[in-house]
Amino acid sequence: MANLNYTMFDAEKMSTAEYYGKTLCELAAKDSRVVGLSADLAKSTKIGALEKDFPERIFNFGIAEQNMFAAAAGMAEVGLIPFVSTFAVFASMRALDQFHTDACYQNMNVKVIATHAGLSFGQAGSTHHCTEDIGIMRTMANCRVIVPADGRETVNAVKAAYENDGPFYIRINRGYDMPVYPNSDYGFELGKAIQMTDGTDLTIIACGSCVIRAIAAAKQLEADGIRARVLNMHTIKPIDKEAIEKAVVETKRIITVEDHNIIGGLGSAVAETVTEFGKTCVMRKLGVPDTFSIIGLHEDLMAEYGYDANGIVKTAREIIGIQVIDEENWDDDDF
Amino acid sequence: MGLNKEEFLALENKARELRKLTVDTVMWAGGGHIGGALSAIDILTLLYYKYMNIDVSNPKWEDRDRFVLSKGHIGVGFAPVLADKGFFDKELLKTYNHTYSKLGMHLDKNKVVGLDASTGSLGHGLSIALGMALGGRLLGKNFKAYCLLGDGECNEGSVWEAAMAIAHFKATNVITIIDRNKCMIDGRTEDVMGLEPFADKWEAFGFEVRTVDGHDLYALTEVLDYAIKAQNKPVAIIADTLKGCGVADIQDDYRYHYASVSEDAAAKYKKQIDEYHDKRLKLQEKSNG
Ligand SMILES: Cc1ncc(C[n+]2csc(CCOP(=O)(O)OP(=O)(O)O)c2C)c(N)n1
Repeated sequence: MANLNYTMFDAEKMSTAEYYGKTLCELAAKDSRVVGLSADLAKSTKIGALEKDFPERIFNFGIAEQNMFAAAAGMAEVGLIPFVSTFAVFASMRALDQFHTDACYQNMNVKVIATHAGLSFGQAGSTHHCTEDIGIMRTMANCRVIVPADGRETVNAVKAAYENDGPFYIRINRGYDMPVYPNSDYGFELGKAIQMTDGTDLTIIACGSCVIRAIAAAKQLEADGIRARVLNMHTIKPIDKEAIEKAVVETKRIITVEDHNIIGGLGSAVAETVTEFGKTCVMRKLGVPDTFSIIGLHEDLMAEYGYDANGIVKTAREIIGIQVIDEENWDDDDF
Repeated sequence: MGLNKEEFLALENKARELRKLTVDTVMWAGGGHIGGALSAIDILTLLYYKYMNIDVSNPKWEDRDRFVLSKGHIGVGFAPVLADKGFFDKELLKTYNHTYSKLGMHLDKNKVVGLDASTGSLGHGLSIALGMALGGRLLGKNFKAYCLLGDGECNEGSVWEAAMAIAHFKATNVITIIDRNKCMIDGRTEDVMGLEPFADKWEAFGFEVRTVDGHDLYALTEVLDYAIKAQNKPVAIIADTLKGCGVADIQDDYRYHYASVSEDAAAKYKKQIDEYHDKRLKLQEKSNG
């Protein structure tokens, strides 16, 4: 994914959505089929960056998401590459039938870049939180789902969506993400997890804003002599089964961490692979515990629900203490 | 019902106070939807201090009038109303948006006493109000379901689904009010997604339309009286308003849909609100001879 080397200085200044806007402008400059669609959130989602150089290729549908999603499918049918952006809660739920039937079912080349995902719009409350979208979107056949860890990864995710035909759902946060990567050249591959730290005591599989927290947790655990492997599972679908199976075999303990309901998202996707694999593994899913979140700062909410770095460390210590019993040694009387 | 002089002066004063409390709430919250809150204050004032049949000591009273704030993003303007009515302590406004607070950007009816619907996703409210009205009718109750919508919000197809159904079911117990401040987030409504001819659209959907100055309490009273009595056709009130009404620095400027307000700015804004209301009162007195 060449030639987009933003400096550290840029990273601190640019919100994750700004990385998206910039990347989209680059794609638009080299490919006239790229168009942008928004629903009165062109500025907030940064898709509005297209306005400056490509005013005829940005369409503001007003506050009318259903119309926008179906129109995107129509544009794709005649050969355009529509990028659609609104808040994640509306991108994944307000026009879901349109996305399901008009884009996914018909395998249209529609790219959804959903912002303000998870609890990143913390103070706005449940009408603007989005902790269901990974679960929803990974059940849409044909749709690929990416949850980038920071701005640089967003650049790669958006490019991957552009390069691969068919529907994509990419979820990013509101505001700034702490940088995980110093630039975009770290070998991003669609569907391939990235190992951030090595370890054999347990594996922490994270996505999005939880990756940097998983790395911080691994550092804290090192002090206890616990060596944690951290995987950045940026692509939720198709999920990297190989990396998960390797983690089961080599570490026997897995914690998943996501800014999403613990039902249906990354944790569920990992659990599906683990159970089908059939080898013994202790697993915990961290995220929003199947509740509509309280309001507050994103950081505070992650701490409240136990999936900030401290929460991950706490859960890691717990499962390190659980003895993993191999199948042949199971005592049937235990049940 | 009408509005006598004494009542008018009291309501004018209330609107002034609520505008100032809204500015303070935005300051305490670290930011908020100030523009659309200030455009709606006069409407909220009339509903909550003149029209709505509610009992603060019995907030869940079954026979009460209902209110659905379909443009749910103006919690910073609506929470002050509920607090001032006495549904909860005004001190709570100082915790607005703080982690663990009951008051966030979009109000949650399971946390905020006096609130009839949790809104914030645009385009739901008019249907919720319709459901309340149909339910009320079936249960033999006389309450009204008031609904306040944004004009940008009327881009949503679901608003028109509700409109079609309100006319079809002759649900004249829904009182539809649109805050026509002609601004949304990305620009002015007619630039982002044209709504005009707006009144004709509502008429075509089976409504009787009353367009009114949304900052004139006498005029608003007249149309609300009319809408409440109407039996043949539902009434849609298009209230011509100014986004940010009362604060000269931000008035009628779509860029102040959402803003944060420093302590200094709050003091300045409140002074401007006083100037605005003083002037408005004088004009009103003049026109009444
Ligand atoms: C379904 C939905 N889409 C988008 C948004 C984001 N949003 C919040 S306020 C707003 C603009 C509202 O404009 P308008 O209805 O005119 O309200 P006002 O100008 O009176 O504040 C938008 C697009 C939302 N809350 N709900």
